[in-house]
Amino acid sequence: MRTAVIVGIGQVAVKEHWETSLRDLAYQAIKEAAKDAGVDNIDALYIGNMLGGELSGQEHLGALISDYCGFNGIEAVRVEAASASGGAALRQGFLSVASGAQDIAVVCGVEQMTDVLQDKVTTGLSLGLDSEYELASGISSTALFAMLTKRYIHEGCCTPEDLAAFCVNAQKNGVGNQYAMFRREVTAEAVLKSPVVADPIRALECPPVCDGAAAVVLAPVETEGNHNQNHDCKYECDTPVKITGSAVATDSIGLDNRKDPLVFESVKKSTQNALAMASKKQEDIDFYELHDLFPIAAALSLEASGFAKKGEGALLGRNGDIALDGTIPVTTMGGCKARGNPVGACGVYQAAEAALQLRGEAGKNQIECSTGMIQCIGGTAATAITHIMEV
Amino acid sequence: MEGNCLYLNLGDDMKPNQDVGIAGYGVYIPRYRIKTVEIARVWGRDTRAVPIQEKSVPGPDEDAVTIGIEAARNALKRGNVSPEDIAAVWAGSESKPYAVKPSSTIIAEALGATPHVDAADWEFACKAGTEAMQACFALVASGMGKYALALGVDTAQGRPADQLEYTAAAGGAAFLVGKKKESLCYLEASHSYVSDTPDFFRREQTRYPVHGSRFTGGPAYFQHVVCAASELMEDVGYTENDYDYAVFHQPNAKFPIKAAKMLGFPIEKMMPGFIVPYVGNTYSGSCLLGLAATLDTAKAGERILCVSYGSGAGSDAFSFVVTDLIEEKRGLAPTVDVYIQRKKEIDYAVYSRFRKKLVM
Amino acid sequence: MEISRNWRLKNQRYRLEGTTCTCGQKSFPPRRICPKCRENPQHTVQFSGRGHVYSYSTVHEAPEGFEEYVPYSVALIQLEEGPLVSAQLTDVDPEEVSIGMKVEMVTRKLKEQGDTGLIVYGYKFRPVLRC
Repeated sequence: MRTAVIVGIGQVAVKEHWETSLRDLAYQAIKEAAKDAGVDNIDALYIGNMLGGELSGQEHLGALISDYCGFNGIEAVRVEAASASGGAALRQGFLSVASGAQDIAVVCGVEQMTDVLQDKVTTGLSLGLDSEYELASGISSTALFAMLTKRYIHEGCCTPEDLAAFCVNAQKNGVGNQYAMFRREVTAEAVLKSPVVADPIRALECPPVCDGAAAVVLAPVETEGNHNQNHDCKYECDTPVKITGSAVATDSIGLDNRKDPLVFESVKKSTQNALAMASKKQEDIDFYELHDLFPIAAALSLEASGFAKKGEGALLGRNGDIALDGTIPVTTMGGCKARGNPVGACGVYQAAEAALQLRGEAGKNQIECSTGMIQCIGGTAATAITHIMEV
Repeated sequence: MEGNCLYLNLGDDMKPNQDVGIAGYGVYIPRYRIKTVEIARVWGRDTRAVPIQEKSVPGPDEDAVTIGIEAARNALKRGNVSPEDIAAVWAGSESKPYAVKPSSTIIAEALGATPHVDAADWEFACKAGTEAMQACFALVASGMGKYALALGVDTAQGRPADQLEYTAAAGGAAFLVGKKKESLCYLEASHSYVSDTPDFFRREQTRYPVHGSRFTGGPAYFQHVVCAASELMEDVGYTENDYDYAVFHQPNAKFPIKAAKMLGFPIEKMMPGFIVPYVGNTYSGSCLLGLAATLDTAKAGERILCVSYGSGAGSDAFSFVVTDLIEEKRGLAPTVDVYIQRKKEIDYAVYSRFRKKLVM
Repeated sequence: MEISRNWRLKNQRYRLEGTTCTCGQKSFPPRRICPKCRENPQHTVQFSGRGHVYSYSTVHEAPEGFEEYVPYSVALIQLEEGPLVSAQLTDVDPEEVSIGMKVEMVTRKLKEQGDTGLIVYGYKFRPVLRC
């Protein structure tokens, strides 16, 4: 395998893009990434998207977006793994370049969620669950995470305030991210006073419904072995960011079929494999862009990925270990909570944000770092996709 | 015996060739209740003139099918039979969820009685349940089936502000018919009395029925109930003194009490089965719930008269004798009283929401 | 309007039919291959419907088709035979629910496909009714 590097990134500000369509969101991100990488032509495009079919009536995004962006004819496919679609697209892009199959691959995560009303969004997000045994009973994604939260609190692992700390941290970090949807701090008190969505989860603990797109350009670090006869694989990048670890793991789609619903086995396996591939351990990781779909997801991810013992993930929130100056900073640019969660795009936003950190371009949110871990989960962690990035 | 039977034809009772009875019975009443004074309050009526105390209201996820499924499951618990041995599942209702598609197939499927079973929906206003039961007796007595299940279930709708709104309620009962030797009460005889009497009816496509006001009394309810009961007793050779209990269809509190009086029954014999003040009129479930409530307390050897009434019009009268098996079978499923006591009161606003009376 | 799909699921929905393996593993939904020992085929079993609440919540923002029932309670139920089942709770107010509460299965309407479509029936759980 060759070494694949991120040589360009592009992000669209996350918000309600009433005037921008799905294909235009992707175009903006891809154009910016290509410009950042100094490339005019690309060999492949991998689109991470979950809800295009359900909310926009549009599947077949590979063909649509590649042509729309002026790359008619290339290899282009949409990759889907529910809310981990962005990470899944990154994985495909990584494999494509690292294997030598393609040279310049763009990975773009895009989601347009605000064209429909709330009930359709709730239904759409629930498509990552078991449609015949979870959604069929009217159980939403939020309700499942709410049940995990309740059980976690019942087992004495934390208080609601501890979990609210993840939101407070994310919102604080969002302030310094120009692409974030929410750029103001919030207090734990405000979080816990906000309306109940699915008890005990509150409105301010939920990621917003929003639109966005992010793209990264992947290339081999060496220019030899060029398999594409149509261009010379040139790119311009001062600080290429290496992807040294990449792993996907899955678990039963229904929370009810897990060995222990409070243990994200997929996160455990995916993290272990990605770290092993990169020859790294938890202590080598300078920051962790985990998938904070809800505070409980963050707490359980920290446990499953080995940064906290079982039942102690929320303590990292309580003790401030997750802050930018803490022992394991998470959601350094705002995460799902503050940057926003255009679902299928999230994994690629994480890649772009990690690249900014590793390049030293994270501005007010800059951490001293050389290795970061990004991870997104699909559904209730039925899929976990982890990448290790280094400079 | 008082009577205003227009004619006493003295037709023969129906007696089965083989001895048959009730191998198991089960009931269901939804949890929600609305007090009739609350209904009166909303419509500005005199709260002292309400016909009963409160009525049951089905929850948003309930209908005649779900009521039937639970009642049937309870009947099977008492009957202790394998669902594959049931030859027929016959459900009587006037509030079927589908105008075309049987409720009985859903109930049969839920029980595990399908596919080798007969299933059909029966209809005759409030006596749909007893006529299904009558046919079950015939099926089992003929030897054509080992067991047959009859259900009377309803989620009656009352037109807002109408008098019937006080009483139109939800609930039902299921009776598993089998051979006498397995039964907690056996059938001595039955008698049906029917005529074309349009006291209460609903045309297709209309939401609420037409109620014939005072016409529903003399020529309708009382003519058919009293004649069916009288002719049953006459042919089988009993008087009111031979019965320990009398159960009548209960559209309100007054009618069954008057019927009992006309037939010479002291009111105490009616009381165990007299549930309308606390539940309302469960239509096809009414008399069967009354019968179940009676069986919940009756002793071996006691005799029960059970008379249904369905508008349009007709009555099925049954003579039952309780057996020794009642004691061991009774406790195997919840009694009527368990369901009556399990209640949550709602106001008219929530009632309107549950009964889909709000235009969305 | 989904007809055949709902029809395919009636054994699971009406009678809580799952599968059991010779190794002792019990599964709901039913499985072709045992998740524990990978044996195939599996044997059909009807679960009793008795269990207790593992966790629960109340839905205020419903997926399509469930809006008219909001707010409603949902739960993960631990069946006495072992498997966890995701289902709605019924006949109970949210404040009456607790982790560990004993429940039993009942068959209720899950949803209606509009005014003209199929009525989908299936399992829900309620606090155990004494005999």
